[in-house]
Amino acid sequence: MIEIEKVHKSFKDLEVIKGVDLTVQKGEVVSIVGGSGSGKSTLLMCINGLENIQSGSIKVDGTEVHAKGTDINQLRQKIGIVFQQWNAFPHLNVLENVMLAPRKVQGKSRAEAEELAVKQLTHVGLADKLKVFPGKLSGGQQQRMAIARALAMTPDYMLFDEATSALDPQLVGEVLDTMRLLAEDGMTMILVTHEIPFARDVSDRVAFFREGLIHEIGPPDQVIDNPQKPETAAFLKSVV
Amino acid sequence: MFSTSFTWNDLLFLLQGAWVTLLLTFWSMLLGTFLGVSCGLLRALLPRATIPLGWFLDIFRSVPLLIQFVLFNSLKSIVGLDWSAFTVGCVVLGVYVAAFCTEIVRSGVLSVPQNLRLASRSLGMTYWQDLRYVVIPLATRVAFPGWLNLSLSAMKDTALVMWIGIIELLRASQAIVTRIQEPLLVLCIAGLIYYLISLVVSRLGAQVEKRWQQND
Repeated sequence: MIEIEKVHKSFKDLEVIKGVDLTVQKGEVVSIVGGSGSGKSTLLMCINGLENIQSGSIKVDGTEVHAKGTDINQLRQKIGIVFQQWNAFPHLNVLENVMLAPRKVQGKSRAEAEELAVKQLTHVGLADKLKVFPGKLSGGQQQRMAIARALAMTPDYMLFDEATSALDPQLVGEVLDTMRLLAEDGMTMILVTHEIPFARDVSDRVAFFREGLIHEIGPPDQVIDNPQKPETAAFLKSVV
Repeated sequence: MFSTSFTWNDLLFLLQGAWVTLLLTFWSMLLGTFLGVSCGLLRALLPRATIPLGWFLDIFRSVPLLIQFVLFNSLKSIVGLDWSAFTVGCVVLGVYVAAFCTEIVRSGVLSVPQNLRLASRSLGMTYWQDLRYVVIPLATRVAFPGWLNLSLSAMKDTALVMWIGIIELLRASQAIVTRIQEPLLVLCIAGLIYYLISLVVSRLGAQVEKRWQQND
């Protein structure tokens, strides 16, 4: 369970998150939608401690992310994140990209890590690209590799930060399909996304972010199909 | 026997000078690279704390190498250091190389996108693991051509050590010129030797780069 309570986050004088509360249950898929600059991506970065917060608390399975005594590297193994820029390690081939963290962080043997990596890469449809370097892959393939790389740490939670926003339109589908599979497998996921139809399909709840706050949250058939607030309706109209 | 033409012995003498040039280059590059990598990493990873280090290294980058040789050589005598001219040559050139190498390493480290570092940290890697497995391998690829360039220019800069009394390739050729009065011929031969050394070094470097590029 991820518990976000009264979180405030500022970059210098600019407050981007202004007191967000959100609880995500095990197995739940929550989508976060909203205009750019509304603080959605920053919230994801706070959840795995890549960004600090000014006040409030974020707990993952009861462990406070930003507490002094927390072993953040330990905690991050539970929380996979996939970025907008897929961030493949360019000096390693696909297999090595996925094997690196299981070997170095979890201390798995080469054989163990390879078996795990091959399994995850097969899962995302890259079984024929194991020895290929990222530079030779399409954006969609690199993004699927990034998903496999995060999954190879066997996380309990997956965060997706606009995972399809930097892709060519014809490549978006393959990445969304991979994410859909994951949701169907029961993975707990928080997605920041601009793909409204996709969010409606896979999410248990949708949160509309506006000016650093959750403006409206609820099941997709409410927030997307029948928004209660005029700002939500206006936003949805602008993106469709 | 006093000969006024270029003899085999002269060629041998030049080759001995070339060997000294090679030794000076090797030791100064070894020292300079070791110091430069350390300082470059510090400069890139702790930019604020190491600003004074930057100023200090700027001195060695800005003052002509010849002045550094002469000044250090006098300082050595004043302080009473019992170092051979060869050691002085290696140390002064090594520090000079370190000053440039620091900047090469620093720019290499800074060329690694912040996003990649976030990605490796997000997988649970520690600061040091990120450095070891992601940042340094990528920075090395960026820094290598600059470092190779530096080693070629250091090889030629060794010529300046003749001012503190070491007989390397250029000093050796001057000695021969004085005797046989054929500056063009002798300097062409010395130049050819420099060229051949450079050629070998740059070819080896090209091989290394080619191996990396196969991945891109």
